[in-house]
Amino acid sequence: MTSDRYSIFSLLRETLNGHKGWRPAWRSPDPKPSYDVVIVGGGGHGLATAHYLASRYGVTNVAVLEKGWIGGGNVGRNTTIVRSNYLLPGNVPFYEHSMKLWEGLEQDLNYNAMVSQRGVVNLFHSDGQRDAYVRRGNSMRMHGVDAELLDVAALKRILPMLDFDNARFPIKGALRQRRGGTVRHDAVAWGYARAADRRGVDIIQNCEVTGFRIENGRISGVETSRGFIGAAKVGLACAGNSSRVAQMAGLRLPIESHALQAFVSEGIKPFIDTVCTFGAGHFYISQSDKGGLVFGGDIDGYNSYAQRGNLPTVEDVAEGGMALMPSIGRVRMLRSWGGIMDMSMDGSPIIDRTPVDGLFLNAGWCYGGFKATPASGDCFAHLIARGEPHPVGAAYRLPRFATGRTIDEKGVGAQPNLH
Amino acid sequence: MRIACPHCGPRGVDEFSYLGDATVTRPTDPADLDGFAAYVHERRNPAGRHRELWQHALGCQSWLVVTRDTRTHAIEAVEAARDVALARAGGES
Ligand SMILES: Cc1cc2nc3c(=O)[nH]c(=O)nc-3n(C[C@H](O)[C@H](O)[C@H](O)COP(=O)(O)OP(=O)(O)OC[C@H]3O[C@@H](n4cnc5c(N)ncnc54)[C@H](O)[C@@H]3O)c2cc1C
Ligand SMILES: [Zn+2]
Repeated sequence: MTSDRYSIFSLLRETLNGHKGWRPAWRSPDPKPSYDVVIVGGGGHGLATAHYLASRYGVTNVAVLEKGWIGGGNVGRNTTIVRSNYLLPGNVPFYEHSMKLWEGLEQDLNYNAMVSQRGVVNLFHSDGQRDAYVRRGNSMRMHGVDAELLDVAALKRILPMLDFDNARFPIKGALRQRRGGTVRHDAVAWGYARAADRRGVDIIQNCEVTGFRIENGRISGVETSRGFIGAAKVGLACAGNSSRVAQMAGLRLPIESHALQAFVSEGIKPFIDTVCTFGAGHFYISQSDKGGLVFGGDIDGYNSYAQRGNLPTVEDVAEGGMALMPSIGRVRMLRSWGGIMDMSMDGSPIIDRTPVDGLFLNAGWCYGGFKATPASGDCFAHLIARGEPHPVGAAYRLPRFATGRTIDEKGVGAQPNLH
Repeated sequence: MRIACPHCGPRGVDEFSYLGDATVTRPTDPADLDGFAAYVHERRNPAGRHRELWQHALGCQSWLVVTRDTRTHAIEAVEAARDVALARAGGES
């Protein structure tokens, strides 16, 4: 029992004890015959859902089923950026709810997730882009979210290494959200897993859901690689695999799966202390605490389940980086990888019930679902426990595609590879 | 990834632009709202064999139907979209 709560005292005690008293952060139980709620998918969203079900909505007889290991999906593959700088009404309150939960996350979970509010700086390069960012900043401020417009002089103080006078993409200023930043992604999975486990949630790894048992239009459990598990309610949080899993329940989703790549350079001295996005090409960058530059760009652009990308996107990202900050040109790229995004038809997520009673869906997070993790978990838990949507997640309903109430931040229509 | 355009031969994927699932069909009845909602939004999104529309945008501009495995990116067949549409319509030209 001694090491259960992490604190300076437990650290000191274990230091004197040769670190022999630490226990696994969560149990590895065998599945029970049935649960009140089964969550399919042990990514950030599934684990957060389990945590909030147990801590906020009083539902503790819960299992999270993960086909691989927790943290092996997108939650451990993303570029760790969190922000709430959205434009549209359905989105702003949701992402701001998420930001507030990030701000209290480490105390809530008793886990160091390295939440770092180092700010997010979105550059603009033309008058039209400036107008769009002024509008976005105003929308944020009207919703009580922090936003500030930076001119070139202010920007030069924060990001002196940018190529301000680039002939093709001159930098005219930026929109900045100071409360945005980065969070260590795998610590988010581990922190939620540990907190949920402490409240009695069973986290079952290497357990793939292979089918659903549906009787008279109502879910009664899931078939898995470890046998049948009964459940009164089932929540799907399978990110890039959402279509495949939903198909087993006879559903066809407004989603395409696409690969997104990320890159890390060798470790260098402190170079950039905020998140910065290029507005004239697709490139964004931050620096990890180990010193590596973490950067990425566009999705590869065609359906993929390969968890790896192709070379044209690598080239495009590198070109974007060189146009923005030529000084990184001689830094070596250390690693790159891909994850499979559940790209929805309007670029916004789905948190809703499905036509099958007791089966709930959490999907369509596109390339921006990491920042949404806490709010997504809270809203999904609310929906599953109470049967009605959480007020800040109420816009993310499945029928919106048929009724025309889509939430399309980019305004590109039903074209997932353009969102 | 390279796509063998039937007109231009094998070309790098960055010459092509992508439009997604080639198997969805537009409802014939303009008042079929559910049919249109499904046509515009719902996709099978398979892990495996996928028939999809590409345009050789930086080449000959023609629309193609590519059959590709979404798990490996291996391409099985490339056909002119026009030929596929004609075959679907029963071969009339
Ligand atoms: C390269 C990259 C960069 C990104 N950058 C950012 C960023 O900077 N900011 C941001 O906000 N977002 C970012 N994202 C997006 C974000 O990572 C995802 O939207 C989010 O992590 C998805 O939710 P999740 O964590 O629950 O997904 P995952 O971690 O993928 O969880 C889904 C889980 O479901 C499991 N599963 C699937 N099928 C089954 C089954 N049949 N049975 C059991 N389990 C199953 C999978 O194994 C997986 O572990 C990025 C993504 C990638 C790939
Ligand atoms: Zn051609």
